[in-house]
Amino acid sequence: MIHSLFLVNASGDIFLEKHWKSVVSRSVCDYFFEAVERATEPENVPPVIPTPHHCLINVLRQRVYFVAVIQSEVPPLFVIEFLHRVVDTFQDYFGVCTEAAVKDNVVVVYELLEEMLDNGFPLATESNILKELIKPPTILRTVVNTITGSTNVGEQLPTGQLSVVPWRRTGVKYTNNEAYFDVVEEIDAIIDKSGSTITAEIQGVIDACVKLTGMPDLTLSFMNPRLLDDVSFHPCVRFKRWEAERILSFVPPDGNFRLLSYHVSSQNLVAIPVYVKHNISFREGSSQGRFELTLGPKQTMGKAVESVLVSSQLPRGVLNANLSPSQGTYTFDPVTKLLSWDVGKINPQKLPSLKGSMSLQTGASKPDENPTINLQFKIQQLAVSGLKVNRLDMYGEKYKPFKGIKYMTKAGKFQVRT
Amino acid sequence: MLSPWFLCRNEDLKEMLESNKESLKLEAMKRIVGLIAKGKNASELFPAVVKNVASKNIELKKLVYVYLVRYAEEQQDLALLSISTFQRALKDPNQLIRASALRVLSSIRVPIIVPIMMLAIKEAATDLSPYVRKTAAHAIQKLFSLDPDQKEHLIEVIEKLLKDKSTLVAGSVVMAFEEVCPDRIDLIHKNYRKLCNLLVDVEEWGQVVIIHMLTRYARTQFVSPWREDAVFDENSEKAFYDSEEERRVDQSKPYIMDPDHRLLLRNTKPLLQSRNTAVVMAVSQLYWHLSPKHELSIITKSLVRLLRSHREVQYIVLQNIATMSIQRKGMFEPFMKSFYVRSTDATHIKTLKLEILTNLANEANISTILREFQTYVKSQDKAFAAATIQAIGCCATNISEVTDTCLNGLVLLLSNRDETVVAESVVVIKKLLQTQPSQHSDIIKHMAKLFDNITVPMARASILWLMGEYCEHVPKIAPDVLRKMAKTFTDEEDIVKLQIVNLAAKLYLTNSKQTKLLTQYILNLGKYDQNYDIRDRTRFIRQLIVPNEKSGALSKYARRILMAPKPAPVLQSAFKDRDRFQLGTLSHTLNSQASGYLELSDWPAVAPDQSVRNVEVVEPQKNGNAVKVESRSESESGSESSSSESSSESRSELDSDSDSGTDQKKNTKPKPKTLNIMTKYILIHIVLSISSPFFVNCMCSLLHLCVFLACQFDAVSWPVRVSLQASSPVFVPETSHELLHRMTGKGLSAQYRFTRQPCIYGNSMVSLQLTLSNRTDQALENIHISEKSSTGQNIHRFNAIGELNTTKEDEFSVSIQPAVGELLLPITMSEADFTKEQGNTNTSYWHADETPTNQPIHFSACISRFAGKTVSSGSLVLVSVALKDPDAMITINTEKTVMGSMLLRQVKTALTNSGP
Repeated sequence: MIHSLFLVNASGDIFLEKHWKSVVSRSVCDYFFEAVERATEPENVPPVIPTPHHCLINVLRQRVYFVAVIQSEVPPLFVIEFLHRVVDTFQDYFGVCTEAAVKDNVVVVYELLEEMLDNGFPLATESNILKELIKPPTILRTVVNTITGSTNVGEQLPTGQLSVVPWRRTGVKYTNNEAYFDVVEEIDAIIDKSGSTITAEIQGVIDACVKLTGMPDLTLSFMNPRLLDDVSFHPCVRFKRWEAERILSFVPPDGNFRLLSYHVSSQNLVAIPVYVKHNISFREGSSQGRFELTLGPKQTMGKAVESVLVSSQLPRGVLNANLSPSQGTYTFDPVTKLLSWDVGKINPQKLPSLKGSMSLQTGASKPDENPTINLQFKIQQLAVSGLKVNRLDMYGEKYKPFKGIKYMTKAGKFQVRT
Repeated sequence: MLSPWFLCRNEDLKEMLESNKESLKLEAMKRIVGLIAKGKNASELFPAVVKNVASKNIELKKLVYVYLVRYAEEQQDLALLSISTFQRALKDPNQLIRASALRVLSSIRVPIIVPIMMLAIKEAATDLSPYVRKTAAHAIQKLFSLDPDQKEHLIEVIEKLLKDKSTLVAGSVVMAFEEVCPDRIDLIHKNYRKLCNLLVDVEEWGQVVIIHMLTRYARTQFVSPWREDAVFDENSEKAFYDSEEERRVDQSKPYIMDPDHRLLLRNTKPLLQSRNTAVVMAVSQLYWHLSPKHELSIITKSLVRLLRSHREVQYIVLQNIATMSIQRKGMFEPFMKSFYVRSTDATHIKTLKLEILTNLANEANISTILREFQTYVKSQDKAFAAATIQAIGCCATNISEVTDTCLNGLVLLLSNRDETVVAESVVVIKKLLQTQPSQHSDIIKHMAKLFDNITVPMARASILWLMGEYCEHVPKIAPDVLRKMAKTFTDEEDIVKLQIVNLAAKLYLTNSKQTKLLTQYILNLGKYDQNYDIRDRTRFIRQLIVPNEKSGALSKYARRILMAPKPAPVLQSAFKDRDRFQLGTLSHTLNSQASGYLELSDWPAVAPDQSVRNVEVVEPQKNGNAVKVESRSESESGSESSSSESSSESRSELDSDSDSGTDQKKNTKPKPKTLNIMTKYILIHIVLSISSPFFVNCMCSLLHLCVFLACQFDAVSWPVRVSLQASSPVFVPETSHELLHRMTGKGLSAQYRFTRQPCIYGNSMVSLQLTLSNRTDQALENIHISEKSSTGQNIHRFNAIGELNTTKEDEFSVSIQPAVGELLLPITMSEADFTKEQGNTNTSYWHADETPTNQPIHFSACISRFAGKTVSSGSLVLVSVALKDPDAMITINTEKTVMGSMLLRQVKTALTNSGP
């Protein structure tokens, strides 16, 4: 399985290594560096790189490459999924998973990696269990530990590991019992030149933050569960109950977790909440190009479209852009040719627009393709698929929890071709 | 090698480690771990560190363990000092300490301690704590890699651990099995069913390993389910493997899937919903390799869902989809749009998506795909644009209807400004023209025109080759092109030069009048070229085409050699033969066999003995046995038990199941093997007490009630009201209702019928006759009603009142839906009493309604009366129906309002709809 792990930063330095079997020399990473050099963008590095004796499987998260060394046959997704889980755990522990965060917490990182893998095979990856084994560093605890000499490491085997609910730690106590659920839906869409939708899909997740005392047993039911076409669950969800009654019944882990991710069936028409009017043109022989962009709301069910961000990779021939936005700010990076316009909120009365000219390299021929526009936005209190949570009930505990549900719609991979 | 600064640091650290203060030691260890993490050498400190191995401080101890595991291999002698500490820790009462001691002990790669490790593993394998046993399973692999000679002993331990029923151990021991003895498939037989059943509850990583192992296992043990639907490519291959007589047997006997094969498919299916992408992929490959072809489609959605995940996940999943989509287009065609390329995708993702779109193309969707491709061709990512052009070429060859459209599109691209696009188009056009050259002289002419503007060598070479090959179609242009080339010959790239020589030779043979001199000039230039390939080729061509004394017989055939018709190249996917590797594996991704790859065997022609998997379990029910199950669930106690049980996990149920399995194992009795399809009936009387909230959920079976009412209208005098003596029903309907259909019940079907007999278990219960029949060909075991049936206090409680647990592994929720009338006991009373009671409205509510009846009701009397009492509480129910043609007046008197109104509604509908 996983032999060794190297963490490599954007500039190509190995800043952490961990071996689970005999030590593999870090020179094996040279093959990886070669691949990085060959790839023009960091994203283009192939995830699986064969070398004569090993195989390198890497994932890129927050500008850090996690390179796992494999020696024999293993499902590549197994390794990839695990590496992502490692990153998620680090994020959970340190807030972010950057080079600095890892370097600052080397010891905790090492202890975590030691617990997560044994002989290259995953041992404990459940955040609730890990947190019982190794307490996350907090400022207070660090201070206390340095004074008293106590440790971050738990002495007992987490009981969760052996129980029937391995994802939940035991002996949870809160004074305020609360359970919050966020229904977040993302619209993936490709809109063509004329504004018609080529493909649009809704992908949603329900993220939960559950802080409940004891062993609560929750059931969550939807007004319209038929909407959910394809779902994947946190292991805590009882699958049979869902199959039979379309009710989510589960003993939740403690803290934050992703309860469910779903896909809304592609048969349903997706309401596209934003339209883009564009006029980007380059004239043959002239060193000027015209750029006009107007955004407007469409099918938003009366909700405001917020945090709108437009970005576009302009053709290589563009030297500079001289634009004026009606609201928000825009930046254009002449090196990467990346235009981004932070629009903010769309006011239906006064539609935001970005107009102006682009200067082209003189003598260069007209770029033959118009750039695609990537859009980001947020709509609060709306689940665009129409999914609604009906009710949340708790069994098994006596107190009354505080319950809350929030809906949000975001742009996923939302592209407009021009 | 170490800098002086570093040495001094080392001295410091040593000092800190030798101090008495725990905190100082801990600090030192933290710094040392920091060094290890950076890849610095800290082996010098070994002696100082090892001393702390027995520290009381857990964190310090753990850090020392980290250090030990890292350096023990280099400092074997010193490492031995720590062994005794671990041996002591192996006996610690704390399971965490036992486990971690075993972990470290087995991770120290020192050959001398192999015997100690072996002993420790054997001991830990029988530990009470499943966590320690799991660690033992991990240790097996470590010991095996340290000393492969221990294999035999380790297999014994594996065998023992495979029998373990803990979900914690299952994944790890199968991993050990895969590493140590993947060929000992016989060890799996007895554990196969258990593994299948535990699978859902094993932790996700273990699931992946087990699924892969079971895939391999199933391919050796079951016969192919693919025979009936022979749409599949591989079936032609299959036919090759099956001998003649085999075939005949197949035809006579329809394929019946081994129930164990089915068990595996059924138990892995829910895992498609896992959040772990590796699990989903593992299940998908299992279905791909094992399921009947018509069941394969269920994996599509899940695979497409994974495409939303991280870039790296997408890459692997797309690769596997690419392989699948070659063989089975239909699977992914509805999801075609999910493979549309976005400009933000990474290059390798884009190419894979393109590959899949090409594979999915057929006559119906090709226009959509081509339109999409047009967008891609204009992409700023030129490498991607080039790949798109190749994809267009592929589509054009695969689907003959669009060949012309594609060609025209490609010709348009020839005037594109970008070199790579043009070059790629030329190359693809060349390949396409080879398939049908005669009709396309226009295109060749067009290309000749563009030739001067094309600079990419590969494209130039391709055009020249086309000119030469089809010079007869363009007799005027070809010599002119050759003339131009003669001028620029020296400046061309090697690949172009070779084609110039080729072109010259071909023209010389077909049109020597015009080109003789030109050819000689070019051959002279080639003769003195710097590149030896070109010199060689020139020499060869000269001898071949220009006849002289030395050239001999070959030159006679020059024309036939050079102008031979060439087979058109086959444009095929790079994923064409990837399916020789098991999907989802590293080997599949690399398209070359990785070390440790275990070949997936072909289906056996004849299934090996299936009884090897039988675990001996006593059957509680035999043919025709009547089993009496009594589930008393009074309303209050029922809700209490349900609330207490709802907190306990459904998973615990499984544990209890497997426990009962062990109990049964003790008094074993070999199961008789039944070959023929056998049907057996088991009659079970289920006695349920039914309480009032129950009615809320009742749905009516109207007709029954109606008949029931009709037969009770004879009034016999029973004057005393207090006793409310129950009478026996005159008519008991034979109709039974479906409780569990045999399809949903996986072979078990259940029907229920209200017997309308007083219940022998208690006066407040309704008796119910349940008929269970087995429509499968094997015995079903241990059918019982699960105790934890109630699921909540709300309305749904009723749904689960009767839950049948059929076979050990399956559980079906069923619901019984009685009509209100079934819950009443008829009583006899005189007409006078009836009216008296009816008049006694103080305590009872009455409901009345006027109903128009569709058909005249032929009762002898105008008023029909029925008296009854509810079974559970014994409260009186009086129904009278007065007929005033065409209307009927229904009066119902009862204390139970809810029931009354339901009864009223039912009687009403019954009268309206059906009549008597």
